[in-house]
Amino acid sequence: MQRERWGSRIGVILAVAGSAVGLGNFLRFPGQAAQNGGGAFMLPYFISLLVLGIPLCWAEWTMGRYGGTCGFNSAPGIYSVIWRNRCAKYFGAIALLLPLVIYMYYVLIEAWCLGYAIQYLTGDLMLGPDAVADDYGAFFANFSGQDADGALLSEGRRHWLWVLAGVFAFNFMLIYRGVTKGIESFCRVAMPLMIVLAVIVLIRVLTLGTPDPSKPEQSVLGGLNFMWNPRAEALLNPQTWLAASGQIFFSLSVGFGIIVNYASYLSEKDDVVLSGLTSSSMNEFFEVCLGGLITLPAAFIFLGAAAGDQGTFGLGFVALPNVFAQMWGGQAFGFLWFFMLFIAAVTSSVSMLQPVIAFLEEGFGLKRHASAAMLGLLSALGCGFVLYFSKGLVALDTMDFWVGSVMIFVLALVQSVLYGWAFGIKRGAEEAHKGANIRIPHFIQLMLKYVVPVYLGVIFVAFCLNTLPSSDTELFPAHVTDSTPLEGGLVPEDLEQQFREQDITLPDDVEIVDAADGTGWEVRGNEDALLYLLQPGAEPDSFVVLQHKPGYVESISRSTAASASVLFLLVVLTFLLLLIHIAGRRWEKAGLLTYGPDPATPNPPTGGAT
Amino acid sequence: MMTTNAWIVMLLSVSSVLSLVSFCLYRVLSLPPVEMDDLKGPLEIDTRDTTDTD
Repeated sequence: MQRERWGSRIGVILAVAGSAVGLGNFLRFPGQAAQNGGGAFMLPYFISLLVLGIPLCWAEWTMGRYGGTCGFNSAPGIYSVIWRNRCAKYFGAIALLLPLVIYMYYVLIEAWCLGYAIQYLTGDLMLGPDAVADDYGAFFANFSGQDADGALLSEGRRHWLWVLAGVFAFNFMLIYRGVTKGIESFCRVAMPLMIVLAVIVLIRVLTLGTPDPSKPEQSVLGGLNFMWNPRAEALLNPQTWLAASGQIFFSLSVGFGIIVNYASYLSEKDDVVLSGLTSSSMNEFFEVCLGGLITLPAAFIFLGAAAGDQGTFGLGFVALPNVFAQMWGGQAFGFLWFFMLFIAAVTSSVSMLQPVIAFLEEGFGLKRHASAAMLGLLSALGCGFVLYFSKGLVALDTMDFWVGSVMIFVLALVQSVLYGWAFGIKRGAEEAHKGANIRIPHFIQLMLKYVVPVYLGVIFVAFCLNTLPSSDTELFPAHVTDSTPLEGGLVPEDLEQQFREQDITLPDDVEIVDAADGTGWEVRGNEDALLYLLQPGAEPDSFVVLQHKPGYVESISRSTAASASVLFLLVVLTFLLLLIHIAGRRWEKAGLLTYGPDPATPNPPTGGAT
Repeated sequence: MMTTNAWIVMLLSVSSVLSLVSFCLYRVLSLPPVEMDDLKGPLEIDTRDTTDTD
C-alpha cells in the first residue's frame, strides 16, 4: 500500500507556511513589538529567528522526513525511529495533544473571524458614528458569550453555532480529502489569496493620512512611528528578549508536532533545507511586512497610544472594528480583513488535524472515514467544552496557556534533544542534505546540539517564573481619615476617590476583608477574587495599595472552569498515552519497531501497521 | 512624524525579510521540474480513503 505524498514542491512549502501563518502574525506580533521597545524589539526578534526558529525548523523537517522513509507519519512512530527506545513513542503524546487541543479552541476563534466577516457583510458590525471602544468591547463579549457559562447555548444566541458547525465541517472536509487533494489544494489557493487581501487592506491603511485634523500626531507616519521607533533601553530588559523569543517560537509553529508530520510525506529525494527556510521566510513576510505595517499603525491612527495596550483579542476584535467603523469604506475593508484572518486560521487549523489522523490510521489501521469520525468526536467534545465554559473565556485561556504555551516549550525541548543527542548532529546533517538544494552551515548543527536546548530551557524557566506564580505590584500610597470602617466591608469613599485619581475604577461589588495573614486588608471582587492588597503604612490610617495579579496556578484553584479545563487536558493526555501504548504493541508485533542500536537500513516505507 | 531611527529599523526589517523570501522563492521556483518517476500526483496515491470518498 502506497503512502500519501505531497503533490508538488511548492505545495508542501505553502502548506507548512499556511500552518504557521495565523492570527499571531497579524495580532500578536504588533502588540508584542509595541509593548517591548517598538523597533528595538526587532533585534532580539531576528536573533531568535536565526538561533532558535530556523534551526529548529530544519531539525523538525529532517526528523519528519526520516520518520516517513521508515514508514511512519505520526510523531509516536517518528520519535521511535529517531530514538530506538521503548519510551520514545510516549513523548509523541505531547505532539498529538498539542494540535488536538489547540484545534479545540482555535476552531472557535476561526468561527469568530468568519462571524465578524459575515457581520460586516450584513452591516451589523457598523455600530454607528457615536459608538465608542466600549460598545465594540460589549459586542465582542456578547458575541463570544463572555457574560456567563453556557451563554452561547441560550435562546436567541444559538444561531452563531451554525457558523461554528460550518467551520468545523469545512476543516474536516479538507482533512477527509487527504494531504494532496485537501490540505495542499486549499493552501495553494488560500496563501496567495491571503496576500492579495492583506495587501488591499495595507494600501488602505497607508493611505489613511490624518483622518482627524485636530489630532495631527495620529497619522499614518505617527502610527508607523509608534510601531517601529526603537526604544533602546528596552534591550536591557530581559522581558524584551523573552517576548521576542516567544514570538518567534509561537509564530513559526516549531514544537507543535505539525512539521514532523507534514515532512513525513516527503521522499528521500525531496529537499528539506530550502523548503524549511522558504516556509519560515514566508511566515516572516506575513508577520513583519504585513502584520507589522497594518494592525498597529491602523489602530494608532484612530485610537492613539491606547492601541498598544490591547491584548491579541482586544486588538483584533475590539480595537480594529472600532477603526474600520471610522474609516471610509470601513465595512468593505472590515469584511476583507476578517475574511483574510479566517483563511489564515483555516490553513492553521487544518494542519492541527493531520497529525492525529495520521496516528489513528497508522496506529490502528483505520480507514479515513473511521479516523476522521473518531477525531471529529474527540475534537467536538473539546470544542463543546470551551464553548460552554465561555465566561471570561477562562477555559480557552487556560487551555491556551497550558497547551498552547507551556507544552509547546516542552515539546520543542524534547525534539531538540532528540535531534541533537538521540539522532545525532552528524547523522542529522547527512539526513538533512539528502536531496537538499542549499546547505546548512555546520555551526547550525552545533547550535542545535548545544545552544538550542539550553536557550529553550532558559526561556522556558523564565516564562514559567513570569506566569505561574501570583505577584503583587505596588501601586500608590493611600490614606484614609479613619481605618476602622475598613473592617466593615465597604470601600470608604475617600479611598475610592484615591483609586479614581490613579485612573482605576473599582467594580461595584468589591468588598474589603481582613488579609489572610492578619496584616492589612484585601479588596475582593466578584466570586471572591483578590484584586488589591492594602498593607499598613508607617503612619496610622495610611497604607500602600498593591495590585494582585493571579498566576496560572492560583487561577486553577480559584476558578471551576480553569480547574475543569486542566482536568480535561489530563484526561485527554491519558487517553492519548493509552492509544500510543496500544499502537506501539501493534507496531512491535508487525516488526515495524526495533529497539537498541539503529539498524543500517531503515524499515521499508510500508505505511504503518496496516 | 516618523523618526529617522524608526525609518531605518522599519526599512531594514522589511527589506531583510523581503530579500530572504525572494531569494528562497526564486531558488524554489527556478529548480528543474521533478522527474516523471518522482511525480506523485493524486491519481497514483492510495490514501486508504479514496475508495470511500468522491
